[in-house]
Amino acid sequence: MQQEISFVEIAVIGGGPAGLCAALEAANAGARVILLDRQDRLGGQLIKQTHRFFGSRSHRASERGINIAAELTGQVISHPLIEALTGATVFGFYEDGVLGVEQEGRVFYLKPSRVIVATGASEKNLAFPNNDLPGIYGAGAVQTLVNVYGILPGKRVLMVGAGNIGVIVSYQLLQAGMEVAAIVEAAPRIGAYWVHAAKVRRAGVPIYTSHTIKRAYGEQEVEEAVIWQLDEQGQPVPGTEKDFAVDTICLSVGLSPLVELLAQAGCRLAYVPQLGGHVPLRDANLQTTVPGVYVAGDAAGVEEASAAMMEGALAGLHAAYSLGYGRAGYEDRRRELQHQLDSLRSGPVGEKIRTGLARVLAG
Amino acid sequence: MLAVDGIPTPEDLAAKIPPPERLAKGPVVIAECFQPIPCDPCSHACPRQAIGPFEDINEIPQVDYDKCNGCGQCITRCPGLALFVVDLTYSEKEALVKLPYEFLPLPAEGQEVTGMNRAGEKVCRARVVKVVATEKMDKTAVVWLAVPKELAMEVRHFVITHV
Repeated sequence: MQQEISFVEIAVIGGGPAGLCAALEAANAGARVILLDRQDRLGGQLIKQTHRFFGSRSHRASERGINIAAELTGQVISHPLIEALTGATVFGFYEDGVLGVEQEGRVFYLKPSRVIVATGASEKNLAFPNNDLPGIYGAGAVQTLVNVYGILPGKRVLMVGAGNIGVIVSYQLLQAGMEVAAIVEAAPRIGAYWVHAAKVRRAGVPIYTSHTIKRAYGEQEVEEAVIWQLDEQGQPVPGTEKDFAVDTICLSVGLSPLVELLAQAGCRLAYVPQLGGHVPLRDANLQTTVPGVYVAGDAAGVEEASAAMMEGALAGLHAAYSLGYGRAGYEDRRRELQHQLDSLRSGPVGEKIRTGLARVLAG
Repeated sequence: MLAVDGIPTPEDLAAKIPPPERLAKGPVVIAECFQPIPCDPCSHACPRQAIGPFEDINEIPQVDYDKCNGCGQCITRCPGLALFVVDLTYSEKEALVKLPYEFLPLPAEGQEVTGMNRAGEKVCRARVVKVVATEKMDKTAVVWLAVPKELAMEVRHFVITHV
């Protein structure tokens, strides 16, 4: 069967913070952009982030993620040079640079001159007995359920993981009216920003560092969770078990970058634990080892949404520039974006990211 | 310890509490921000430039207690909900604590609530003096609580307890 292929200038895959900013930056420079997102609405994880963001003014600090999503989505949809398709899944990246797209049962193909992959990340799981009982969720999934669909997963939850997501979702579950029995964290220190930890703690949620979940109990669904302490070698200490009567367990144990399309494209990947898993090598413009293929956001390494927006903008700017757009003022804009991104990563909490990036940045 | 259990130690707090002479003069902000993270809205929020300016956005906010008049405009701008205003001059026996509050329902002015400390322990009955929640504050209300004076540096949250 003959298939029609549409030639496009820039395709952006993923309409989260990185993809939205990539599309806007490229289109503002004058390039024509097609933005593809497999969800029914644009915004990615922003649409459930009801908390205020950190950063500085240029990173939209103190604004709530949901408001940033609405603002960026509005700009994208009304931009004359951007065509935004929702419910559109990119299922393949072929050797000749062709993208296969499925939308509502219709399949079509695109041949973009430049591709920006901003596919985000997926939640990691944790192995423990009975972890397949109904009532055990990824924290991000629960955040979607509660903040996007307005549905509570249960009445009382145990949160596993005290990184920013685990602690922020715990806070949002309190706001939604759930009881948070405790937050447990295998590491000896809280990974979340301490101000987040302090606000759930003063709301009455105990945080157990150097603890992990031992097992869940329940007949048809979760009824109980048992945690235990870990020693300095990370080994569980028998006799330190604590029981919690909970109907929900949330796992917030990290994210893995979604790099399948980049792998198909032939981009060189490296396993970098600090960035969440396999990520593509890239240069400062976020261009991968395959010329014309860019990466931005969590697919490039798991980080905050504010960094994803800056990366997206940098990738979009360069993709457009390489096609001959936005030549005037390019260098100033690039330097400004790079400075904003660097400032987010420059402090002590950015050390992990900096270490990870040192292993994937080239050129 | 904050990094281990989310509770700042007395040593952590000692550096954040304004000098007694300043506290005796009236309302003043307490910036309970202990970690260098990339964040600076507080410095832009203050109409009197009492916080910052930051050379690097990872700096921990430094408050100029002579410039701060305790207006509390910064409270809702802090993404970490780490800014509080304390007024030890509120009355003979009570202090006023202005804190950020993002739960519904909002309490009513005059309502009795339960004051919580930084460890989430219920420490006192407290009276809601005022609830400020304008559209511009974008769903972060500021609640003014009258608390026993000796607990002014303890109460940082409250719950509405139903009898």
